[in-house]
Amino acid sequence: MMSEAVVRKTPGRHKVLEDFADAIQRCVRCGACQAYCPAWSAGRREGNVARGKVAVAAAMLAGELGRGAELEPAARQDISLCLMCGSCTHGCPNDVPTAEIVGAIRREVAAETGLSAVGVGVAALLGSKTLMRGVVAAGAALAPVMMEKVPESSGLRLRFPLDRLPVVGERILPAPAGKNLFARLPERIEGQPGRPKVAFFAGCAITWLYPQIGEKMVEVLVRLGCTVYLPKGQGCCGMPALSSGDGPLVSRLASANVRAFMPLDVDYIITACASCGGGIGEYYLTMGGDPAILAKKVVDFTVFLEEEGVCERLAALPRAVKRQKVCWHDPCHLKNRGILAPPRHLLAALPGVDFVEMEGASRCCGLGGTFSVHHSEESGLIGEKKVEGVQACGAELVATACPGCVMQLETSLCRAELPVRAVHLLELFGEAEMAALADD
Amino acid sequence: MSGLERRLTALVGRDRVTTAKTDRLLYGFDAGRGRFLPEAVVYAESAEEVAAVMRLAGELKVPVVPRGAGSGLTGGALAVHGGIILSLARMNRILEIDTENLLAVVQPGVVTAELQARVEKLGLFYPPDPASKEFSTLGGNVAECAGGPRCVKYGSTRDYVLGLEVVTPAGEIIHTGGRTLKNVVGFDLTRLFVGCEGTLGIATEITLRLLPKPEAKKTMLLFFSSIDGAAESVSAIIGARIIPATLEFMDRATLACLRGRTEIDLPEDCGAALIIEVDGRREWLDGEVARVMAVVAGRDVIGSVVAETAEESERIWQMRRAVSPAVRAQAPDRFNEDIVVPRSKIPQMIRRLEALSAESGIPIVNFGHAGDGNIHVYILTDLCEAGMEARVDALIEQVFAAAVELRGSISGEHGVGLAKARYLAMELSPETIAYMRTLKRALDPDDILNPGKIFLRGPDDE
Repeated sequence: MMSEAVVRKTPGRHKVLEDFADAIQRCVRCGACQAYCPAWSAGRREGNVARGKVAVAAAMLAGELGRGAELEPAARQDISLCLMCGSCTHGCPNDVPTAEIVGAIRREVAAETGLSAVGVGVAALLGSKTLMRGVVAAGAALAPVMMEKVPESSGLRLRFPLDRLPVVGERILPAPAGKNLFARLPERIEGQPGRPKVAFFAGCAITWLYPQIGEKMVEVLVRLGCTVYLPKGQGCCGMPALSSGDGPLVSRLASANVRAFMPLDVDYIITACASCGGGIGEYYLTMGGDPAILAKKVVDFTVFLEEEGVCERLAALPRAVKRQKVCWHDPCHLKNRGILAPPRHLLAALPGVDFVEMEGASRCCGLGGTFSVHHSEESGLIGEKKVEGVQACGAELVATACPGCVMQLETSLCRAELPVRAVHLLELFGEAEMAALADD
Repeated sequence: MSGLERRLTALVGRDRVTTAKTDRLLYGFDAGRGRFLPEAVVYAESAEEVAAVMRLAGELKVPVVPRGAGSGLTGGALAVHGGIILSLARMNRILEIDTENLLAVVQPGVVTAELQARVEKLGLFYPPDPASKEFSTLGGNVAECAGGPRCVKYGSTRDYVLGLEVVTPAGEIIHTGGRTLKNVVGFDLTRLFVGCEGTLGIATEITLRLLPKPEAKKTMLLFFSSIDGAAESVSAIIGARIIPATLEFMDRATLACLRGRTEIDLPEDCGAALIIEVDGRREWLDGEVARVMAVVAGRDVIGSVVAETAEESERIWQMRRAVSPAVRAQAPDRFNEDIVVPRSKIPQMIRRLEALSAESGIPIVNFGHAGDGNIHVYILTDLCEAGMEARVDALIEQVFAAAVELRGSISGEHGVGLAKARYLAMELSPETIAYMRTLKRALDPDDILNPGKIFLRGPDDE
């Protein structure tokens, strides 16, 4: 067995299971992860929860279960039943990075057996029921058209693979945008002297499905006087590929993003998608080399806006007469980076918003990258639990900062037949709010 | 498919039985030490299924080990003699909350904290609060008679169980107690099953007594220069007829582990700390705080914090919750023993533990629910060191001997299970053990239900 110290890490390399030998040892099997793991709440089997997955990893290292293609189907199923949300690590007394360990196992299995082996076919084993309960299948007819325009390497293709379109049919997809974000905006907008130079990392969902969120983001940055770059060479952050265990694709995407952003020499790389931030801001750190250098510049927009004094400027606006009750959903990839307060401060400062805290705000929405495709039943159950909190707090809108969460929340709210909508925080910025950002 | 798997599948269906190597490995452990692989794992969803599995196991003479969250510390959920792990985690519905009679009816897989959150919204209160309450199940709490910090005022799980639906080792479904506070018809079987560690029956429905939720609480953190000052304060507070909701103790070694892990400033020369929380009517609490302060005055108190807001109180409890992980990080191997002594004996027990640590040269960290006499004794060691295992065994035996000598017990809340079976005779007389074993043998002659727990296998097992 190799220890973390023995395995020499080459820059840009993905970690392998042996790199986690010490981390796996740190698990004392207390079971505390049951309180945090969304997959546990959906199945309540030991293999659902982090403790079980870490035990699978330990058994693999100890030679008690096969490796790679030889891994027992039951173990593969457990490894596929993970949203990689990191909630367990957040609640773990010993900080065991289960999502990273799961990622390493998925890469190991996928490298030997092909991608489809990870996670597919599990629904049948668990006795899947149809999830078509009053679902509006709005996206189904449009999805193939939309997919033609999306590049092969995009994470959207992994989230909504064409050969599994029936699943797409159950999800509420936004209407495909006529023009993607890059067709709408220039690559560089000059700002005011002395103001930060920033690049916007848009990510697939904002580029192809929600370009209006990207436009809002760029407008906010421009109003703040920043010089804004939107390099066309940028690609997918790699999170869906990571979730599928496609290590080589993650590497290719990371290289492309390094080429697109490194020469710009900006102060910050801004993300408006929590998952993308988790990819280029967090996962790239573990890769070392250039991706890690890039990762250090990545800032979530909520953190950037709070530091730029946006909360104070918004709070100085007169409160709107007609306000909406809005609650906040913590995307896993913000929560796990400790970004809890900034979005709440922004929401509370918006003149048209009455912010209410919902119960279970930090509970996962159930999307989990490719999880919702391969485990739609569990994903639906996790989503059901999520909307209970929304309903109880009486909000008219759920705001969040991850397009993936918006999509999943919309689906869950619709299934529950609640008259509540999910929105990206930036969609709540209207003309008055924008005007407040510019220097007098 | 093995014969056992085929028979189980016929009872509960294909998707709730597994014999895969992976699942046997994953259900081979709990939160304590030791690993034993079962032959099969079954996920039950009703009392009838549990009963059917018991009848089949009796017919095939295969052991059955019930399991909730697998968060026990003494091996209660381990398949020591193989057989079937029967998971009750999916039986997790709160069936009823009766706000007129102040009771709740739950399935065994309901998580303790979930019930608490639900009843507190209705102004009610389920006090038992084991440290694992966020993930432990009520079925497990009943089987182990779980405790927690609030026991000092509110008692442990046994004080809240009014009635049970139980599947017997023979696979029959029986009912004990009921929905009334009083009931003296027949033996008090409810009390027999609470704390039986799943050896006499499997609770499939639990009726719990609830209390009105206390209106308010106030938290104090007291620092002492000497451990004697803190230990004597515990006895003095109880002696002064003050029963706080919680009365937690931390010794010097515990505080040393906590430095850098809490927002609270720990005085440099601090030898021990107490966290005291009083609850009840709001207007009554300031007077209660003053009474506590008057009792501890002059007992080496070198600092105190009285939380005025919920946030300040939360900071104090965050410090308490940081103890276990902080202590665990100190050594590769840890033994967490939950001895309990009469409350007036706390100062003596603490002095005895300090002496034992010094004599053995093995670090011991002491903290816990001092208000009810329950001290968590953490022995920190590295079993890789030559001869260490024998030294630790000897030390644990001395710790238990000290507790029993002071008329306490070797376990306040974790149970005997596998881990403490060999020490049973230190506390119980041969006649008492024989009485218990007669009961077990009469109800479960083939030793089907959770064998190898509480009692060591001995001649009368043959």
